[in-house]
Amino acid sequence: MPRKPQKLSPAAHRWNVASRTVLAVAGGYAIAAAATASLSLALPIPRAQAVMAATLLSFALYCTLIVWAYSAGTARRAWAGAALLAVLPAGHLALRWATT
Amino acid sequence: MNGLGLRQANSWLHTWSGLLLGWLLYAIFVTGALSFFRDEISFWMQPDQHASVAHAEAPQRAMDAMQAMAPDASLWTITLPGPRNPTTQVRWFEQGERRSKFGGQSAVLDGTTAQALPVRESRGGDFLYRFHFELYGMPRLVARWIVGIATMMMLAAIISGVIMHKKIFVDFFTFRPRKGQRSWMDAHNALAVLALPFHLMITYSGLLLLMFMLMPWGVDSAYQGDRQAFFSERGNRKAAGEHMPGIERTPAAPTAIAPLVRQAQARWPGGIEQITVTDPGTSQAVIELRERGAGSLLDRGRSERLLLDGATGAPLESPAAVKPDAFSAIYNVFSSLHLLRFADTWLRWLFFIGGILGSAMIATGMILWVVKRLPQRRKQGSHLGHRLVESLNVASIAGLPVAIGAYFWANRLLPVSMQARADSEILVFFLAWTACLLHACLRPHASAWREQLGALALLLALLPAYDLLQGAGAMAAALTHGSWVAAAMDLTLLAFSAMAVAGACFMKPGKATRAATQPSASAKRIEGVAP
Repeated sequence: MPRKPQKLSPAAHRWNVASRTVLAVAGGYAIAAAATASLSLALPIPRAQAVMAATLLSFALYCTLIVWAYSAGTARRAWAGAALLAVLPAGHLALRWATT
Repeated sequence: MNGLGLRQANSWLHTWSGLLLGWLLYAIFVTGALSFFRDEISFWMQPDQHASVAHAEAPQRAMDAMQAMAPDASLWTITLPGPRNPTTQVRWFEQGERRSKFGGQSAVLDGTTAQALPVRESRGGDFLYRFHFELYGMPRLVARWIVGIATMMMLAAIISGVIMHKKIFVDFFTFRPRKGQRSWMDAHNALAVLALPFHLMITYSGLLLLMFMLMPWGVDSAYQGDRQAFFSERGNRKAAGEHMPGIERTPAAPTAIAPLVRQAQARWPGGIEQITVTDPGTSQAVIELRERGAGSLLDRGRSERLLLDGATGAPLESPAAVKPDAFSAIYNVFSSLHLLRFADTWLRWLFFIGGILGSAMIATGMILWVVKRLPQRRKQGSHLGHRLVESLNVASIAGLPVAIGAYFWANRLLPVSMQARADSEILVFFLAWTACLLHACLRPHASAWREQLGALALLLALLPAYDLLQGAGAMAAALTHGSWVAAAMDLTLLAFSAMAVAGACFMKPGKATRAATQPSASAKRIEGVAP
């Protein structure tokens, strides 16, 4: 998809990189952790296997999120995409936490 | 990144994730590659044992030696001579003594005569193996987290490195020698693509080995953090040979081990790795034979065991193998491929070469960072950050191998009777590494490369020569009995010494700087079998 190159001032560029780095490192880990916890509960296979499957996949998910954080067209879009992805596992865990 | 396309954004990520922990990753890769030969290195670091040769009668002779040395022990473990170490290693525990992996008393016996051999105090290959994932001199947990984070960055660097390449296949067949930056780039690409499956596998499996520490949230949510419950539900086996207290010890003559060994060897192609005898010399004695290497990776290359009555030799019920579920099997395959305990010598070499290619890939990547920024530096004058990267590059890429060479020399030169000898070997390693760092900071860049690579070549080449002068045990065992473990290490040291000479010749003063400024338009593409 063609994008108009945006030229950022040096200060804006620094904020942009910092924002994406926070998203990649902390946000990526948080989402991977939430997805692992959620899938461990939700997968329709025996509990121990669900934990194994979810944990095995978690690093691939984390890595995908890191790449996404820097690849998205704007920092805002990177955060929005990540937030969208976090809704399901976070909602699931919150619901479970509230009901038990 | 704003204003950048997908490839450029990934190029940015690749550059900075690679640079930030590149030096640590290089050290992890080098020590990891060497860890594939951990046992062989440990054996090589016991030069007084080099003349040992494995003999077919070793099991019986070792049992007889144990009977003489430790008749009243509660447990014997006898690790038989094998392709990775031609000595017999024994360990025994007295009655009531706690049985731990490194506890009790131990000895090393000649593979043929079963006479006790001198053992010098050394961590051997274990130091490099531990450094690979626990570094040194810091809490184990902290070190594992640092290594885990570095591994995650490696994964990000690999994936972004693949995405940033339009034509990964064409790039693989492109090499433009003597073109400075372009040559470094081509070398980096070729090394990366050549062993890409290995790099990906070894990085991901490295994360999986630490996964319950790095990503405990699945166990936490499904088991409320009760790891014991999780592991027992996953089907962990109990340790064999647990001592049952309160049973009267009735002396009984042991059965002959040779026929049992022959039976087991007919069943297992790799032969027997270890014999464990519980309550030896009594009527309750139990002999456990453990297979060397195993065919299946699905159960983590876990070898088969046979339990036999120690007095009569009659088979007892052996622990049944547990069949892992699909996801545990995936985990087991990955971790087996990383730990490589099952592998024969050739596969071990293949993985070692993979590890060296990975180290070279990281090294060329970090050199590329420096070379790429040279024209700018020449225009704008020197820059502290740039100089720092240059110095750290030399001190890690050349300095770490120099430090390992110094560690090997300390093993040979420190007096055998010295106090805290093993720690002193490690001290020499770190002193040499620190000296390399200082040297890299003080000398001009090209000279630092040349001098450290030259020092490395000398250190490595003179080790086999020194051993020959001290009595050629390794060569004698190799040439007269075909026992190549220590001699192969000597030859490998010579090969790496030759590579260091080649590297030193390549780093002629001013060459890298000259080449980097050549106009890129003159760079001719040499393409091989482009699709």
